[in-house]
Amino acid sequence: MLITFNVNNESRTVDVFPMARLLDVLREQLHLTGTKEGCGEGECGACTVVLDGQIVNSCLVPVAQVNGSEIKTIEGVAHQDQLHAVQQAFIDHGGAQCGICTPGMVLAAVDLLNRIPQPSETEIRNGLAGNLCRCTGYMKIFESVVRAYQK
Amino acid sequence: MRAFIPNYQLTTPSSLAEALALLNGEPGVWKPFAGGTDLMVLLEAGKLPHHNYVNIWGLKELRGIEVTDSHVTLGALTTYTEVQSHPVLQNEFPMLCQAASETGGLAIQNRGTIGGNIVNASPAADSPPALLAYDAEIELISTDGSRWLPYSGFHTGYKQMLIGPTELLARVRMSRNTRGATHYYRKVGTRKAQAISKVCLAALAKLDNDQISDCRIALGSVAPIVVRCVQTEDVLRGQKPDIDTIKSACAALSQEISPIDDIRSTADYRLQVARNLLTDFLSTLA
Repeated sequence: MLITFNVNNESRTVDVFPMARLLDVLREQLHLTGTKEGCGEGECGACTVVLDGQIVNSCLVPVAQVNGSEIKTIEGVAHQDQLHAVQQAFIDHGGAQCGICTPGMVLAAVDLLNRIPQPSETEIRNGLAGNLCRCTGYMKIFESVVRAYQK
Repeated sequence: MRAFIPNYQLTTPSSLAEALALLNGEPGVWKPFAGGTDLMVLLEAGKLPHHNYVNIWGLKELRGIEVTDSHVTLGALTTYTEVQSHPVLQNEFPMLCQAASETGGLAIQNRGTIGGNIVNASPAADSPPALLAYDAEIELISTDGSRWLPYSGFHTGYKQMLIGPTELLARVRMSRNTRGATHYYRKVGTRKAQAISKVCLAALAKLDNDQISDCRIALGSVAPIVVRCVQTEDVLRGQKPDIDTIKSACAALSQEISPIDDIRSTADYRLQVARNLLTDFLSTLA
């Protein structure tokens, strides 16, 4: 079936099986490989994208459900060459190590700061609770988010 | 191993009437598919046995929270995120908001629905204990019309429930009779976010002259279904929440639940934690 949706402000039409995972369509048909697959079962948040203004696990969304929707992936976070404050903070403060969780973590952090511009410690923890990182021990990520909103 | 995606159908009706007609036209062939937070996990594991689904996610008729003088009614597609941000639910049904906030993480809460949590019928589901303690009622609809039934009794055995193949869960409603009650919801898991519960207790009580008058207790992850513990409630009603009452209630609770050993916990641990949670709840009343 043909599905049309908007990805990073660009209209895309893809020919897909309706139950195909949004994650696979983004990566394999649209070649937006910034979105990563971790667990494939909604536990780790590596595949996080923004769907109609809310973060979702793209491994749990069948593509038939995004017809007519707006999607933002990690590729759509920077404004041309200008990194988003969250991305720059992750670089400056060691928020990224191996990089598998980073796209999802950055999107969850951007979403958090959109909803709550000056989040408390608890709000940051809740906002990122669905995103697992096996490298940093989280403190560097946490610090990056704090530095991003202080800028 | 991952399922073979071309084998699965997911058709999108343009209206609720069309969705119901589809369910009615070929009973048992089509099953509803909402936010996908449970079904897609099974798909990825190659364990999604059914192959034809009706995509109900976009049906506006199943969305929204309606408040009247007597009830709060939630469309079956109300997400956990929507539950948490609703002021009347926050004030009068805090256990449901807490359950919603402790289900998965934010990305799950944006897609997971109250209706899905009910009909997925997991004994470890987070919102059903709260819904049972609030005496929720549910509405099932089909091309033949609508029927309301108490949520208590809807689940009849592991993954078994009183819904026909042509019926769709449409709404959930709760009576606004919780004023003055103590609400206690506690989910015990390995981690605050993302974890599935080892034990979950939702309890509500009202006191009259220091004696427990109204009392409703429900637990998850301790039986084949989420259970309302009516015998424990009977033991408590009319009693002062003192140490003797707590002991009697814990003894009754032990008879009323049947926890098992599984990947997340053991029967012994679950039984002890269930008693501890009940004790903690009753201690807050004293």
